[in-house]
Amino acid sequence: MIKKSEPGMTIIVKTITRYTVALILLFGIYIVLHGHLTPGGGFAGGVIVALSFVHIMLAFGKETAIKKMSEKSSGILESLGAILFVTIALLGLTAGYFFFNFITGQKPLETSFFRLFSSGIIPFCNIAICLKVGAGLFGIFLALIFFKKND
Amino acid sequence: MLDLQILLIFMIIAAVVAVEIKDMLGSVVAVGAIGLGLSMCFLLLQAPDLAIVQLVVEILSLVILIRAVGIKNGVSAVKKRKIFSIVSVLLFIGLFIYFSTKALIELPSFGNPIMRVAERYLISGIRETGAANLVSAIILDYRAFDTLGEATVLFTAVIGVLAVIRRVGRKSK
Repeated sequence: MIKKSEPGMTIIVKTITRYTVALILLFGIYIVLHGHLTPGGGFAGGVIVALSFVHIMLAFGKETAIKKMSEKSSGILESLGAILFVTIALLGLTAGYFFFNFITGQKPLETSFFRLFSSGIIPFCNIAICLKVGAGLFGIFLALIFFKKND
Repeated sequence: MLDLQILLIFMIIAAVVAVEIKDMLGSVVAVGAIGLGLSMCFLLLQAPDLAIVQLVVEILSLVILIRAVGIKNGVSAVKKRKIFSIVSVLLFIGLFIYFSTKALIELPSFGNPIMRVAERYLISGIRETGAANLVSAIILDYRAFDTLGEATVLFTAVIGVLAVIRRVGRKSK
């Protein structure tokens, strides 16, 4: 039976969302962390992470999604991602130039190829971009929802 | 090449439907079909990174567009065409096709770019950066400064959207 008092969609959508949303979030994190090995990267993974929160909002309504990730915390996370990216770039100045790969240097070890922990700063840059893109796009979505309510 | 051309024709038909259909929700769905076709084009041209990004961004923008259109029906942006507008549209299509064929002949053939810098990346990319995914190696190591610029563009866009929309929201309270 559909309860009118509960926000969000019907119980079918809610039950399926409860099972799938964690898998979507996990897939986004996988794409980010393996960005230097398989197709994908920070931008695509960040959008998938944002889509998992959008999924919660569409199925359960506004309040549940804001409890998980509020407007203020999404703003803080986006700024944190931008600061992290610039910090990684500036840390390259300690060894050479802007965006220098200061962990591996000019010649990375041949034994570390195709490993998860390889290629120096690239995974960290991917994580920073993921935070920035995911939080930013979810912030835009939240702002559009609020605007529609006030209209 | 044939499958690519079939996809391109499908995308053109979807674009015409998206412009000409009267139902707003149907128009949004046609825009989604264009994005899906573009994603499959990238996949056929062996660019899986770009295909993933295109598919995911298309889904997000489709969700936002559907929320923006809402359940309101009967809102249509299509007006009846007059003779003058039809003639001018045909004239500009003819001009565009004439000049684009002149320009397309001068382009280098498909898959043979003039710049040879990509070969150096393909040969020595993994030895210099250690990243197996070459696209990641280029955008975050060789061309990291460009990526910083793109991140700045996205940051500015988010700040702009939040500033514009939140001001309207506060006024109505």
